[in-house]
Amino acid sequence: MSNPNFTAFKTIARREVARILRIWGQTLVPPAITMTLYFLIFGKLIGSRIGDMGGFDYMDFIVPGLVMMSVIQNAYGNISSSFFGAKFGRHVEELLVSPMPNHVILAGYVAGGVLRGLMVGLIVLAIGMAFTHVRVPHPLIMISTILLGAIIFSLAGFVNAVYAKKFDDIAIVPTFILTPLTYLGGVFYSVRVLPEWAQTATQANPIFYMVNAFRYGLLGENATDINIGISYAVFCLKKKTLGALGLWLLKRGTGLRS
Amino acid sequence: MTTAIAIKDLTKTYANGFEALKGISLEVEQGDFFALLGPNGAGKSTTIGVLSTLVKKSGGIVEIFGKNVDSHVYETKLDLGVVPQEINFSQFERVKDIVMTQAGYYGMPRSLAAERCEKYLRKLDLWDKRNDRSRTLSGGMKRRLMIARAMMTEPKLLILDEPTAGVDIEIRRGMWKTLKEVNAAGTTVILTTHYLEEAESLCRNLAIIDKGAIIEQGPMKTLLAKLDVEGFVLDINGELPATLPQIPKVDLQSPDSHTLVVEKPRDLPLNVLFDALAESGITVRSMRNQTNRLEELFVRLTAKEQAA
Repeated sequence: MSNPNFTAFKTIARREVARILRIWGQTLVPPAITMTLYFLIFGKLIGSRIGDMGGFDYMDFIVPGLVMMSVIQNAYGNISSSFFGAKFGRHVEELLVSPMPNHVILAGYVAGGVLRGLMVGLIVLAIGMAFTHVRVPHPLIMISTILLGAIIFSLAGFVNAVYAKKFDDIAIVPTFILTPLTYLGGVFYSVRVLPEWAQTATQANPIFYMVNAFRYGLLGENATDINIGISYAVFCLKKKTLGALGLWLLKRGTGLRS
Repeated sequence: MTTAIAIKDLTKTYANGFEALKGISLEVEQGDFFALLGPNGAGKSTTIGVLSTLVKKSGGIVEIFGKNVDSHVYETKLDLGVVPQEINFSQFERVKDIVMTQAGYYGMPRSLAAERCEKYLRKLDLWDKRNDRSRTLSGGMKRRLMIARAMMTEPKLLILDEPTAGVDIEIRRGMWKTLKEVNAAGTTVILTTHYLEEAESLCRNLAIIDKGAIIEQGPMKTLLAKLDVEGFVLDINGELPATLPQIPKVDLQSPDSHTLVVEKPRDLPLNVLFDALAESGITVRSMRNQTNRLEELFVRLTAKEQAA
């Protein structure tokens, strides 16, 4: 006899994957095209004029950042649009009326976000590999970072979707918060090139830790601007905080139950 | 007899201050087919919302099969199937996926879910549409899909909030047949509807709710027996005379020269009416009820409330 909660979890995850594949033109193709252009323009054309960054060929240097950027944006975007869509179309009621515990609902949607993040991450990584000769010295760090990054930003996307009242509300955070944080999180440069005050300010950006930890896994310890232990501590703290917030919102029924 | 639903002093005040439920108390026995009636905004959907946990109650106690909905969330939800008033499934998914997903949410293994999917889609005449996207279904099919989805878990208690709204009479009667079968198989059914003829035909017990309070409840037959007057429409052979006969305690109206509308006390034999009409040279060709009886009771009770 299978565990009912695990069956329910698989059901949400399956539904999310079906949604991702059903609208593949919106979910999987755009990041592939965008990132190919990034690699061509920033890596190949401009990158060759920049030379080294942090001791690495510029093209190699930006691969981890671009992969992580895609994972973060897609994990976040998947759950915020899917859960808000469920609220908007009222089929979230199917979940709320069912005996499924809140942690299973949250885990199911997060799994959907993580899976889309990983699918896109793999596509971008494959494209990146076509332009570079990355050797992945720390695969465990690479995998754990990408997983944690996808989980954290799925949770953040969930919180956004719970509070959102209209479609504009799920576009505001990615446009005005997520994109600037991503671009300022060391995707295209090493923080060592920044002035002192900017280096300090960057420490408050969670994406900076993700990009650097992923770069550590993909390029090695010399490629990172931070201590890997601190990165994992930040990941754990963010994951716990956002996870607790998501569960609390579900328990309260914020934006879901009247 | 076990109680399927026991509601005591249930109150709900929304964030905007609107008092939707003002301390209603209600009991529904297991196996019953129960109607919850009331005008728009009376509190029917709020009551159903509280039972299904989509609405957070402000006060009171709600029990489903003897279990408190606050302390036994999992068990009470397991017993419950809900067919809401608004279409609430994804318009982009296939019919089969919608019902299979619902089963999955309740932790049902896929093999059993597949069996029930076929069983209930066939029962609701949707099997041929199983691979269609739900947005392509007609209004009636969408309503039937919501019933099929709710039945996937074979709940002990099925709550339907205006399930036949906007559905043509043929489909509506088909849905009645299905609901009767579901009830006959042991499922307790609670129905809200604007079609009072539907409630009269299906339900054994009812409650009438108005402005957040229950104004009447009990067995359908007992409540209908409370009606002290009844109305008929008589079609007349030929033309009515210029002056209508005066019959004590009977109100006669003529909307046109071939029709009489009669309102008479329930205890007054029809023979008295027909004798008086015959004496005035009026021959009745046919006769029908002015409104259905429940509608009459409903109108009178809610009108009384308005006046109060």
